[in-house]
Amino acid sequence: MLDSILRVEGLCKRFGAVEASNNLSFEVARGEIHALIGPNGAGKTTAINQLTGEITPDAGSIFFDGEEITHLPVHLRARKGLARSFQITAVFEHLSVEENLGLAVQAHQGHSFRFWRNVARDSSLKQLTRQAIETIGLEARAAEPAANLSHGEKRQLEVGMALASRPKLILLDEPMAGMGPGGTVKLAELIQGLKGNLSILLVEHDMDVVFSLADRITVLVYGEVIASGTVEQIRNDPLVRQAYLGEEVIDA
Amino acid sequence: MQSPASGLSMLLFIEQILNGLQLGVMLFLMSAGLTLVFGIMQVINLAHGSFYMIGAYVAATVMQQTGSFMLGLLAALPVSALIGMLVEALVLRRLYQRDHLDQVLATFGLILFFNELTRIIWGRQPLFMDGPEWLSGTVELIPGAPYPSYRLAIIVVGIAVAVLLYLLFTRTRLGMQIRAGSSNREMVAALGVNIKLLYTLVFGLGTLLAGLAGVMAGPILAVESGMGESILILTFVVIVIGGIGSIRGALIAALLVGMVDTLGRAFLPGLFRLVLPAAQADGVGASLSSMAIYILMAAILVWKPKGLFPAQA
Amino acid sequence: MEAEGTVSGAGLIAMQNFLTRKIAVLSTCLILLLALPVIMQLLDEPYLISLSSRILIYAIAAVSLYLILGYGGMVSLGHAAFFGTGAYVVGILASASFDASPVFSWPFQMDGSERLLVALPLALLISAFAALIIGFFSLRTSGMYFIMITLAFAQMLYYFYVSLEGYGGDDGLSLYSRSQLPLLDLGDDTHFYYLCLTFLLLFLLFCHRLVNSRFGRVIQGIRENEKRMQSLGYAVFGYKLACFVIAGAGAGLAGALMANQSEFVSPGLMHWTQSGEILVMVLLGGMGTLFGPVLGAVALLSMEEILSMFTEHWMVYLGPFLILVVLFTRGGLYGLLIGRER
Repeated sequence: MLDSILRVEGLCKRFGAVEASNNLSFEVARGEIHALIGPNGAGKTTAINQLTGEITPDAGSIFFDGEEITHLPVHLRARKGLARSFQITAVFEHLSVEENLGLAVQAHQGHSFRFWRNVARDSSLKQLTRQAIETIGLEARAAEPAANLSHGEKRQLEVGMALASRPKLILLDEPMAGMGPGGTVKLAELIQGLKGNLSILLVEHDMDVVFSLADRITVLVYGEVIASGTVEQIRNDPLVRQAYLGEEVIDA
Repeated sequence: MQSPASGLSMLLFIEQILNGLQLGVMLFLMSAGLTLVFGIMQVINLAHGSFYMIGAYVAATVMQQTGSFMLGLLAALPVSALIGMLVEALVLRRLYQRDHLDQVLATFGLILFFNELTRIIWGRQPLFMDGPEWLSGTVELIPGAPYPSYRLAIIVVGIAVAVLLYLLFTRTRLGMQIRAGSSNREMVAALGVNIKLLYTLVFGLGTLLAGLAGVMAGPILAVESGMGESILILTFVVIVIGGIGSIRGALIAALLVGMVDTLGRAFLPGLFRLVLPAAQADGVGASLSSMAIYILMAAILVWKPKGLFPAQA
Repeated sequence: MEAEGTVSGAGLIAMQNFLTRKIAVLSTCLILLLALPVIMQLLDEPYLISLSSRILIYAIAAVSLYLILGYGGMVSLGHAAFFGTGAYVVGILASASFDASPVFSWPFQMDGSERLLVALPLALLISAFAALIIGFFSLRTSGMYFIMITLAFAQMLYYFYVSLEGYGGDDGLSLYSRSQLPLLDLGDDTHFYYLCLTFLLLFLLFCHRLVNSRFGRVIQGIRENEKRMQSLGYAVFGYKLACFVIAGAGAGLAGALMANQSEFVSPGLMHWTQSGEILVMVLLGGMGTLFGPVLGAVALLSMEEILSMFTEHWMVYLGPFLILVVLFTRGGLYGLLIGRER
């Protein structure tokens, strides 16, 4: 029996005639990097959005850390340690890097109905924020408004915000989206460094990245899981090869 | 066996239903165009009431000069539409890409301008106008319940406009484009429709309907500066209830608001008299009936935050 | 703001210049405000003291709106509802006290009062409560819906006060005198001016702390990206509602002072054009700082005062002026005076 941090059972979601998730089941083991891949339109983002609570499934259940969370609102799932990064960068553009990460840290230090004390002199907040900045290596840009960051730096911040809340499981929705090769390597190193401390569900297009980082892979096609297993198993699975024929080169 | 008293209250009830229908029709004329402007252009326009006022003033003035209501109506419609399109081209068009705050402030500026301009041109005293001679009588729809022909005519005009709009949106190319625009802007642009022109036309159609509502309100209410704002807020309530961008929602919500407001004012004080002393009942009844539609709006929001017929999913 | 050695030399100097200029402008303003009644007495223009009090009061209202608008990104077009509620609390308490009859006698007896120490906290509390109810419904929506709904609820309260026949209905309610406060004679315009100034400064200090607190950060995060805040673990509705309630209480404070200033309350105080005017003050002053709305209140009300000396139709100029400001300036008056911060 797998020690799973996340278990998805029979998830179904339909948009009109489109079956975006069709009896979706998979598990993410504690401490592993689990990749969710599939061709465009396979329903990866729909799956992620059901896990985080932005979309309610029509049927099926989601268990996180032994608890059912299928009908929990977004913010309560986050509180339980389920963090995500967004495919389309969603940082707070007018706030500085430090403020962005500060908000992520603050979210997990109890309620924020604190009206008087200046955050700049809040040592518990400051210290953890510092650490979060160092983790993603943006020390030199700490005071810069996020709007002024380069695309690569924004992606780092995006992932950093999900990390700063010290989650148990982090859902990375195409963290490499739109990045050049240099940035991809940097971010891959960051993700590699996280391995073991927390579990990661990685949705990614870049197959090189997936095959070098992931412990196990689940493949979605038309909302259905067609294969789930170790990197080797997936690489040699005929169904997967067929699904990807002409779309991606599987050999890493 | 029916007592005379209950027969009388039945007639009163029917009369109030007709009044509610008439208010609902006016609100529909106001909200049909505005909900499209909100839905298609994503722009909040507070100045819609100004075109209602402009319609009323133009009609009242022409009628004073010529003595003919119909001439007043015929003059008011193109004037409201043209001023509307002019305002769209000069001001609104520059606001489409701005945030809602800028739109609120600029259109608030438009209201101040138009209200003061009418005071300069027509003075502070309200104008009064009569309906057409041939509608000055009453009609007995139900024996024993005479109802003013003019108010009945408003209802007929409103229904006619609703039917025309329905035909426009389901049978004509322009209507299809407008409908597509309210649910998917990019697609319409991709189809090669001249969006700029489409926007101006939709805006003009909206202000024309507002002008029509203003003309028809003229003989019932006083024509005065600022008359557009009280109906504007009711129009907003209608749009919120119906859902931004939905003509069908506007129609249903307009009738709902018209009925609730009219019937509430007519009967709530009476209902409270059953349980409270008369003076107190009238006070509570008056307060509650003036607040009824807002309470209705709040209730619907709890149930459906995007209105009854949200145009955008 | 910390330099952290990341700001270049030229940037640092520019920042210092900016700060010196900011401090210079703000301290000049403060000295002017403190000395104003003396100057007016010397110029023999006592009317201007009362006008200045009015401006200070509207500044409080504008700052309170700025809390939800500038920091929270909620465009409310119904802020005058809370302004008017604060005023009516003072008016109703004073009128009941004058008639020596209780405001209500069930479930407990509530007597009238002319004491500011009673009326003001009550005004804050009740406008905060009104904001709680209105906010609870309006904040379920956003964007255009929110604008229209706040406007509609304000209009509902307007009609509610119109229907209060016992308190003057449509015509409003005259106060016998201003509220009473130990040590000060609020009937004296100079004393009253300093009271308003004190409240404005205290409120500014409160807001300054608020926007730099954990709560303030959260509010700004919600303005930037509500969905992201949820996925970070924030229950955004509660924070927005709290901010809305605080702003409502601020407007209630301004309203309570306004009732005293004019010794008259009427439904006109919460007419929707009032909400519009407060919004205009915020825009004129410019976004990005708490002093913007104060400046906006000064600018709009003095402009109205000056224009109305020349023509009764000043609104015909104000309207297009507003449109031009929206279309062609960014950053408002504060931006022109101090320079842009970023």
